[in-house]
Amino acid sequence: MDIDLILRVYPFFIEAAYVTVQLSVLTCLLGLACGALGAAARLSRLAPIRWIAAAYVSLFRGTPALIQIFLLYFGGPQIGIQLDSFSAGVIALGVNIGAYMTETIRGAIVSVDKGQSEASRTLGMSRWQTMRKVILPQAARLMIRPLGVNINALIKGTALVAPISVIELTYTAQRFIGSTYKPFEMFLIAGILYMIIIYVAGHGIKWLDRRAQIT
Amino acid sequence: MGLDFTVVPEYFGVLLLGMGWTIAITIGAGLLSFFGGIVFAVIALYGHWVIRLPFRLFAWLFMGTPLLLQLFLIYFGLIQIGIDLPAFVAGVIGLGLHFAVYNSELIQASILAVDKGQYEGARTLGLSRVQTLRRIVIPQAVHAVIPPMGNNMIALLKDSALVSVIGVAELTLAAQQAISRTYRPFEFYIAAAACYYVVNLCLEAGLRRLERRIAASR
Repeated sequence: MDIDLILRVYPFFIEAAYVTVQLSVLTCLLGLACGALGAAARLSRLAPIRWIAAAYVSLFRGTPALIQIFLLYFGGPQIGIQLDSFSAGVIALGVNIGAYMTETIRGAIVSVDKGQSEASRTLGMSRWQTMRKVILPQAARLMIRPLGVNINALIKGTALVAPISVIELTYTAQRFIGSTYKPFEMFLIAGILYMIIIYVAGHGIKWLDRRAQIT
Repeated sequence: MGLDFTVVPEYFGVLLLGMGWTIAITIGAGLLSFFGGIVFAVIALYGHWVIRLPFRLFAWLFMGTPLLLQLFLIYFGLIQIGIDLPAFVAGVIGLGLHFAVYNSELIQASILAVDKGQYEGARTLGLSRVQTLRRIVIPQAVHAVIPPMGNNMIALLKDSALVSVIGVAELTLAAQQAISRTYRPFEFYIAAAACYYVVNLCLEAGLRRLERRIAASR
């Protein structure tokens, strides 16, 4: 174990961890937006909208995220979409995790007891009112924990932008392995930083979950 | 530059070969993750604490860090201690161990979910601990574990794309090779995605059949 080396390179890793956090937060927000839209579309009364949403989920879950990132970053310019590697990474990862979140959110909405929606319709509420005032508040509670699982996968998934040269944790580890030939030390620093990020995110989700269950 | 998918058929053979390697990696790593998962689960549940403790640490590390980082560690890191693995072997080991840890968690949960009375009953009837596990507990746990383990296999198939980064000539790298000759990234990544999608659909159909057969045999 080369402690001197670790002390020399760790500031680069701290900076890279900051990029990983930024990637995670932006990807998570985009993923939640795609997931909410996707779930709404999957539950739509119009069949073509349901089909489009089902195709979105199936295609993005059925192919590797790495291919989706490469397609957008390297293939995008061919159809006039020129993005820097960070934006391409966020968009590809966000739309990808959005497909998983679509199913998570839809699952939570569907698992709210049917009687709830029937009762509020009987009380004279519109479909939209029922959704907003009765179903969604209950579904929100149910979806926090499974969304937490998605977010955990998402944070580790940010490593996939290393091959398109976003200077995040995995890329930084890879670069220093190449120049120092000390993979175990580099893995140790990067691994610890990933676990700290995941631990903090996990605790945030647990805190949210506890609060949601009380109120 | 517009899109021109007519260049794809020319590289059909390259993509097909890559797809073969993707399937080979998925099968290799799938088998390793299956049997590894069983071994890990048995260690975690019944092992002596001297073995269990380092194993917990190992599982915790594997679940808390990205697979890509683990592949880099196995492929580039083991050279540091004198183990120089071919990229394919490193990829199979990395993917296999990663998913073995996830499978192990599933197997542990499903073994613990088997009613305690079953275990006690079998022991009372004179079966040894190993016999009880092998004949009574594990067959029941298997039913519960097949669907989530199927999901892990599907995740494994898609994550096999990551071994392109350490130079295994599977589907993703095959597409990249075609791109480096034709400068047509969009067409070939779409073609590769389509290939993955087809393999994925076949795997899903296979898993559904397996689930039905197991459900019918109950």
